[in-house]
Amino acid sequence: MFASILAAGLAAGAIYALVGITYNTMYSTSRVMSFTAGQLGMLGGVFGSYFILKLGLPIIVGFLATLVCCAILGYITELVAVRPVLKSLEQHLYVLSTLALALMIQQVTAIEWGTEPRPFPKLVGWGEGVWDEKFWIPVVACALTIIGLEFLYRRTLVGRAFVAVAEDNFAAQALGLPERNLRVASYMLAAVVGGIAGFSGGELLLAFFANGALLNFYGFVPVALGGLGNNRGAVIGGLILGLFQQAANFLVGGIFASVAVFTLFIVVLLAAPQGLFGSAVARRV
Amino acid sequence: MSTQTTANSAEVAISAQVSILAKQQSVRMQVFWLLAAIVLAVGLPFVSNDYWVSIGTRAAIYWVLISGLNLVVGFAGQLAIGYVALLTIGAYTTSVLTAGKVIDPISVWLALPIASVMGAIFGVIVGLPALRLRTFYFAMTTLGFATIVTQIALAWQSVTGGGIGIPGPEMPAPFDDNLGFYYLCLGLAAVCTWLTANIARSRFGSGLIAVRDAEVAAEACGISKSHLLIPVFVLAGALAAFSGGLFAGLQTYVTPDAFTFELSLLFFISILIGGRGSIYGPMIGTIILVILPEIAAPLAAWSTFLYAFLLLVIVLAMPGGIAVLLDFNNRRPLAKHRTVAPETQMLAALNPHNRSSNNSLTLQDIVLTFGSVRAIDGVTLEVKPGKIHGLIGPNGSGKTTTLNVISGYYSPNQGTMTFGQTALPAGLPHLRASRGIARTFQTPRIVGEISVLENVMIGGATKGKANFLEALLAMPKEKAERKALKDRALALLAVVGLGSLAHIRTDRLQHSELRFIEIARALMIAPDFLMLDEPAAGLSSDEINKLGALIQAISACGTGVLLVEHHVDLIFAICDDVTVLNLGKILAAGTPDEIRAHKEVVNAYLGG
Repeated sequence: MFASILAAGLAAGAIYALVGITYNTMYSTSRVMSFTAGQLGMLGGVFGSYFILKLGLPIIVGFLATLVCCAILGYITELVAVRPVLKSLEQHLYVLSTLALALMIQQVTAIEWGTEPRPFPKLVGWGEGVWDEKFWIPVVACALTIIGLEFLYRRTLVGRAFVAVAEDNFAAQALGLPERNLRVASYMLAAVVGGIAGFSGGELLLAFFANGALLNFYGFVPVALGGLGNNRGAVIGGLILGLFQQAANFLVGGIFASVAVFTLFIVVLLAAPQGLFGSAVARRV
Repeated sequence: MSTQTTANSAEVAISAQVSILAKQQSVRMQVFWLLAAIVLAVGLPFVSNDYWVSIGTRAAIYWVLISGLNLVVGFAGQLAIGYVALLTIGAYTTSVLTAGKVIDPISVWLALPIASVMGAIFGVIVGLPALRLRTFYFAMTTLGFATIVTQIALAWQSVTGGGIGIPGPEMPAPFDDNLGFYYLCLGLAAVCTWLTANIARSRFGSGLIAVRDAEVAAEACGISKSHLLIPVFVLAGALAAFSGGLFAGLQTYVTPDAFTFELSLLFFISILIGGRGSIYGPMIGTIILVILPEIAAPLAAWSTFLYAFLLLVIVLAMPGGIAVLLDFNNRRPLAKHRTVAPETQMLAALNPHNRSSNNSLTLQDIVLTFGSVRAIDGVTLEVKPGKIHGLIGPNGSGKTTTLNVISGYYSPNQGTMTFGQTALPAGLPHLRASRGIARTFQTPRIVGEISVLENVMIGGATKGKANFLEALLAMPKEKAERKALKDRALALLAVVGLGSLAHIRTDRLQHSELRFIEIARALMIAPDFLMLDEPAAGLSSDEINKLGALIQAISACGTGVLLVEHHVDLIFAICDDVTVLNLGKILAAGTPDEIRAHKEVVNAYLGG
């Protein structure tokens, strides 16, 4: 049982961590938390199943097509739900605009794709039991994504520009960085990460429209645990959440697992509002 | 010159009259619409069929929930998007109790209040993160809660019947038929409207709006966010669960798929369509959203999409909602070229100084560091009652930071503060007002969406003694209190010279007027000690002279004033003592004449 908890927990944790990184990547350049993060995770699974099982495309082509579609949605998110409300960030209108867009995505998926979970293709065909690929593909995908992002942020000019904008938006603009284009790019990058979360977790979560709302919440918990904008915190938080949830799942059963996660979420938030690895409070006056 | 003044004051008098007339007219309009709505609602069964009566019942039940949620979303500005969870809890509690699943069956009249108590408890639990955290976190918490409540309803088969569900409560006669149930729900909806409108009108309602739009100023006025929000969460949770009980009565059979997230959206969007800080707007919003899918039947599958699309359009195109369209009073153009004309002679009667007049404020060796920066480095000063103490210095010298330490927004690393005989504890900004300490802000922190009068009344928050329950039931004590606050606020507006603008929405005013509103707000508590943070910034030279006279009148009533300012002419004209800061340290302190002659001050700040 311990092995099952470990495998399922790490797999779920990796998916949650990736959705958490999606939130963080959007947040870093815009200070906006977007409800579309979970929906992108859901779409990663739905598009994957659509391209590979329905259209019969090769896996690698289906994967790339999925990411392209997600990136386009990231672009639309920035254009429709984020840019118009950035002027009045303190009114929190972004919560409403991104929620509206997320619900529209979910509803269109429900109508066009159906409300029943549909199968997701076997990607490699390896392993069984706790070594089944469905548990380990998300973990590998999460690790590769983190390595890729670290490389991007540390070694490339674009990545450093991201970091600059995230650190101090005004200073970055004063240096002549194209803040708006970088923001658009970060939304597309975030959407790709969300797509990877859904695609790599497809065998576990299936292609199901309701995954969006689920991933919205479970993907946000690692962000709250790890501190806003902190990717390392999100990964650690995600893995903790996954293991905790699966342990509760195996030990006390499904409903109490969700109650336990929810309780954990509220208790941690009240005890450490900045997250376990977060930074200091913003100045108010 | 003198003719111009007469013309001006005549104009002011006329615009005051116009404003009062407009106010009366808008009250009459409201009464008219209210009567029309009642006639329509009561008459509905006589002009239509059962189908529309059931739709009317549903709208009334939803309104029971939405009226409470409106205080959370529309007034407190907390984005509670998962309130369907509390409806679910109410529906299942009522059904389980009346069906006798856990204990012997009980009457629905007993089950509904028990459900409300459950709703109140969970309303507070879900609301807790809102007290400490960013908006998005609270939105997320309510969303997460909505998800798990549905999961539990599905999985806890022994009690909830799982996917098959349980029978809803049966209403006793005369409410057991469609018509009786309709009138029951209608009556309850009317009661909820009355209750929540009472809260909205009371100091709790304006306090909620203040916390929403000007949280820092609200704290300085002595408003505690948690004291305000917790009773509101209790009320909203109880109403939501009560509404859930009625909803179950409507369903005859209660299953988890009756509680879709779409319902949550309907509740939430009704309020946003209606407009924040309004009661009638969200009510109209509710009716529109309930009827919309009925008249657009082919779009039924797309209703969530439709709601979401509406939400996006409202956010992007008309954030004010329907309430702004209904606000006829604020459509009239304001007089142009207004000047603020304080009438300081009236102040003495309003501020009879009966507190012990030896409440000096003393700072002793205050040190405050941000990281390695010493923002305040050993500041010592004393402000005596009835004196004006100027605090000047270059930008970044620590003037505003000193005010923020006194107000309790920052806790100093070293040093002591005393006020009168007792030590002033570091931190705790919301406890300053009750000790007679008031302030204004460098950038006016004013609520734009409410009237000037209501903004000033917020300053008197600590004078309110009536509790939430008394406000909810509009008890005489609360009414008398509100009347007294209103009278004082109107008088103070006349003192600062804004009497004619009392009923105007504040975001229509010009910048200089906002500064005087802040002063009037600070004077609501007849403060022993008043901090003014650059009150002359952005004022014309004429207005600065009037401001100077106003500040002198305030200190003449026995109030100690600490004045941060860059207009040194004003400082030297009215101050009794002046302290000069530079890089967090005191560069000089003394009378205005000593400072004017101080060599280092001239070099560092005044310029030769």
